[in-house]
Amino acid sequence: MDLLWEALTWLFSPEQYQGEGSIPQRVAEHLLYTAGATAIAAVVAVPIGYFIGHTGRGGTWVVGITGAARALPSFGLILLLVLMLGVSERVTASLVALVLLGIPPLMAGAYSGMQQIPRATIDAARAQGMTEWQIIWTVEIPLSLPLLLGGLRGAVLQIVATATLVAYVGLGGLGYDIIQGIPLRRFDQTVGTALVIVVVALVLDGLLSALTTWVTPRGVQQGRLTDVRARDSISRAAPVATTAASPEKKTTQQRKATL
Amino acid sequence: MTKRKLTGLAGLTLTAGLVLGGCAGGGASDEPIVVGSQAYYSNEIIAEIYAQALEGAGFEVDRQFQIGQRDAYLPELESGAVDLFPEYTGNLLQYYLPETTATQADEVYGELATALPEGLTALAMSPATDQDSYNVTAEFAQANGLTSIADLANVDGLILGGNPELEERPYGPTGLLETYGVTVAFDATGDITVDALLEGVINVANVYSGDPRIADFGLVTLADPEGLFLASNVVPIASSDIASDLAEVIDPISQALTPEGLVALNLKSTKDQMSAADIASQWLADNRF
Repeated sequence: MDLLWEALTWLFSPEQYQGEGSIPQRVAEHLLYTAGATAIAAVVAVPIGYFIGHTGRGGTWVVGITGAARALPSFGLILLLVLMLGVSERVTASLVALVLLGIPPLMAGAYSGMQQIPRATIDAARAQGMTEWQIIWTVEIPLSLPLLLGGLRGAVLQIVATATLVAYVGLGGLGYDIIQGIPLRRFDQTVGTALVIVVVALVLDGLLSALTTWVTPRGVQQGRLTDVRARDSISRAAPVATTAASPEKKTTQQRKATL
Repeated sequence: MTKRKLTGLAGLTLTAGLVLGGCAGGGASDEPIVVGSQAYYSNEIIAEIYAQALEGAGFEVDRQFQIGQRDAYLPELESGAVDLFPEYTGNLLQYYLPETTATQADEVYGELATALPEGLTALAMSPATDQDSYNVTAEFAQANGLTSIADLANVDGLILGGNPELEERPYGPTGLLETYGVTVAFDATGDITVDALLEGVINVANVYSGDPRIADFGLVTLADPEGLFLASNVVPIASSDIASDLAEVIDPISQALTPEGLVALNLKSTKDQMSAADIASQWLADNRF
């Protein structure tokens, strides 16, 4: 408990919030690597995942390969890539290692999001005369969003945790205070920074969770199509049920589901 | 990294080679002598030399190598679970007395003797050192006429690379400015320090003096006339109750181990990929122990 108290004291002392190497600066660096790596991973993984999900082809190979890449230990990979690409390219090297971590969950989110859509829904869209692109953009992508965002949450969590390692090649971030604190025996600094990383990870996860709820089409909950009428019967049972509002609600639901 | 791990594994799995000759005295006791080492290839080679020498003198030895960092193994030494451990005077003194101002070898050794907790004894220190040193490339030294750290004061825009903790050490950027009037920016290059120096990402690198890469890449180690760095000689730390028995075997070894000798030992590990056990038995044979 003493250590935790010392860590909190360290965390809330004003000198950690000013000058070179302050906590806000380290958090900003950490978030920058996380955001950069996640964005690149998404650009690579999501289209491939959608292609696999839409066509149902290439899944075994692509998923196998990216899954195997995920098994590479990130620390070794960062050092190896830095030595291969050169120290002046250490940012690229570190980003590649982080991107490799982010690709599998994002890709899995994209293709499983599409695969879980009932065939009947897609067949119905096709029967109405939608083109393949219309099916992808207006049916498959919106309906797969919840699972894709689930994949995004997984990717962000892995990347934000692993971004700690970029400090080993002199790129700062929150890992820096940890790997500096251990040999100096400043355990308040080490534990305090670990707490900051935990908070950053939890906040990011919370934000993404909120985003998932926000962008999920109203007719879709956790990637499942719910029976709209069943839900209405529940709200009707509630004391302040507004029957008048429900037809309007239904139309927005339908609109959103097809958008 | 991989090399270290490989040598570590090899050292753990291979059995000790034959030890030629024997040391005077030293009877076998009932309990085996537990010899420990850090998770640092060079430290393990020294520990293996101790272990083989003790076996040659008739002791039974239990090797507990690669115990990691000081926070992990010093409690083991203090509790008596480990009997003998190769250490470095300056770095160990800094662990027990972070505020120390001693920098010269004898001074550091003297302070260490009093700073050590009860139950631990520092045996005679070796002339071999493995300490922090500032290094530049040969071209950079020539272009700027550098032989000593003091010469850096005339160079602008210097970037110093090293482990992250160097930023906070008394001999880090602050010490450079106070002692030598040298201003540097700091880059925590850690394990890639030497690569960063060779590539020109940094200009000055903190490398351990026992690192064979200094000679390999023709780096120039800058002289330290003002004694900025803490001297760090190899020193065996022993449990006090058996320290005198161990000293009979280990002291001659410490004496025979020179700074150049230590670099040569390290080179056999990093370049020739020899196991700690083979390096140790070869060294003991070459030095007629």
